[in-house]
Amino acid sequence: MSADHTDPPPKVVKRHRLSTRAWHWLNVVAVFTLLMSGLTIFNAHPRLYWGQYGANPDAPWLHIGATRGGEGFLRVGGIEIETTGVLGVWEKDGQTRSRAFPHWATLPANYSLAAGRKYHFLGAWLLIVGGVLYLIWSLLNRHVWRDLLPKRGELSPPHLWQDVKDHARLRLPRGEAAARYNVLQKLAYLLVLFVLLPAMVLTGLGMSPTMNASWGWILDLFGGRQSARSVHFIAGLGIVLFIVVHLIMVVIAGPVNEVRSMITGRFRLPAERKAPAEEAA
Amino acid sequence: MTMDRRKLLAGLRGGVVLGAGIALGGCQKILETGPVDEVASSLDLFTRDAQRLVTRPTALAREYAPHERSPDFRANGSRTVDTPEYRQHLARGFADWRLTIGGLVAKPMSLSLAALQRLPARTQITRHDCVEGWSAIGEWTGTPLGLLLDMAQIRGGARYILFRCADSFGDTPYYESIDLIEAFHPQTILAWRMNGEPLPERHGAPLRLRVERQLGYKHAKYVTGIEAIADYRQIAGGKGGFWEDRAGYQWWAGI
Repeated sequence: MSADHTDPPPKVVKRHRLSTRAWHWLNVVAVFTLLMSGLTIFNAHPRLYWGQYGANPDAPWLHIGATRGGEGFLRVGGIEIETTGVLGVWEKDGQTRSRAFPHWATLPANYSLAAGRKYHFLGAWLLIVGGVLYLIWSLLNRHVWRDLLPKRGELSPPHLWQDVKDHARLRLPRGEAAARYNVLQKLAYLLVLFVLLPAMVLTGLGMSPTMNASWGWILDLFGGRQSARSVHFIAGLGIVLFIVVHLIMVVIAGPVNEVRSMITGRFRLPAERKAPAEEAA
Repeated sequence: MTMDRRKLLAGLRGGVVLGAGIALGGCQKILETGPVDEVASSLDLFTRDAQRLVTRPTALAREYAPHERSPDFRANGSRTVDTPEYRQHLARGFADWRLTIGGLVAKPMSLSLAALQRLPARTQITRHDCVEGWSAIGEWTGTPLGLLLDMAQIRGGARYILFRCADSFGDTPYYESIDLIEAFHPQTILAWRMNGEPLPERHGAPLRLRVERQLGYKHAKYVTGIEAIADYRQIAGGKGGFWEDRAGYQWWAGI
């Protein structure tokens, strides 16, 4: 109780610009639509190949399917994992279905490749239009340089290692430092913004027969149409991993404060840590 | 530290439940409501226009070397035509089979397979991309569609080329349509040879469309008739093709 009286009132700062906030929530809609409808599209041919071609008689490097005995499996290279109930074979309304990804992960829930594609392209347009506007705006207002590019020293091994250790101990920045991105956060956002999302868009376009008649370099870049499809899936998985870690970090850092700062821009700085002696007491 | 972990677990559980709820109920409901679905459905032609803005109308689909062909070219959709008429044509090597060209043309015509094969032909090794996601590479030889359309002299009002086919799914005959940019594209051919052999039955003998910058369902097999038309909305289900009518596939199959 007494501590409350002596602590200064929490300081509220402006953390996210309107452009960042708007783009963030647009992306929540676009990326979830894309990921879930993407799984519907994957279900149409649940195999991935490397190279220019790949169809049923060819050897896939990844295959989600069902055995004749009705067991679901995930096969990656030479490794096979039984996945009955989750992948390959699962139940809905008391009925056993054999499709790669289960209904709760796909959009629409009832398999329709045509509808899946329709929603995928809707999501893609939202992502592209929003992404291009955001990118132009963030370069103009120097968001990329000011907030996202690591500062000199931040990339030094000791600093990076310290940040890794802090994250592992869930010891997040407090006070003024909490208003800025830490270096792992910066690297994660840069990876998503400038590697994963562009890879998704490029490999997506690369799968279009009209686009790759004119933009053949995309397929050369990724090593063929089926390689582009594989990279599209892998980069999508990378985005799923980012979202999982992102959500965990939001929860650790204080979900109410974090979500509010992403809606209104107002962020309450967490109080500075007390000296070790006080903390122990 | 312990506090953090407990908070983390409780928060995660809440997040997962909330996320699953939104994912299961929300997304689909919102997407399937009128306006959103309407926008999503009409994106088809918007995507076509956007693609045409950044691509060249005459750009050629990639052609491959003979050794890059798929060892086994998957056959999909109809693999046979179960009508006495077709069985007879097949048995007689399509000797008195004919292709009709009509609709909005100045010179309607009917051509035998032999007559088609005497016209200048094009051979191309291209990649077939199925809407499902798989690809196969094969060699196709056939008559350029543009050549036939020039012979028949399509009239001013024609905006699409319609393909009538011998195969049916259930009671519905297969058909497809493409626009004139795709129809006159140099790689758009009516193929009668595949990988150096007469076109096999499972790949659409005696004649199939190759429209190389579009997905597989546009490449109509067992083509028996070509029509130049002004609009496809009066034909069959009105969506411009068999899979478009039956399953809601996009008419623009360039992506």
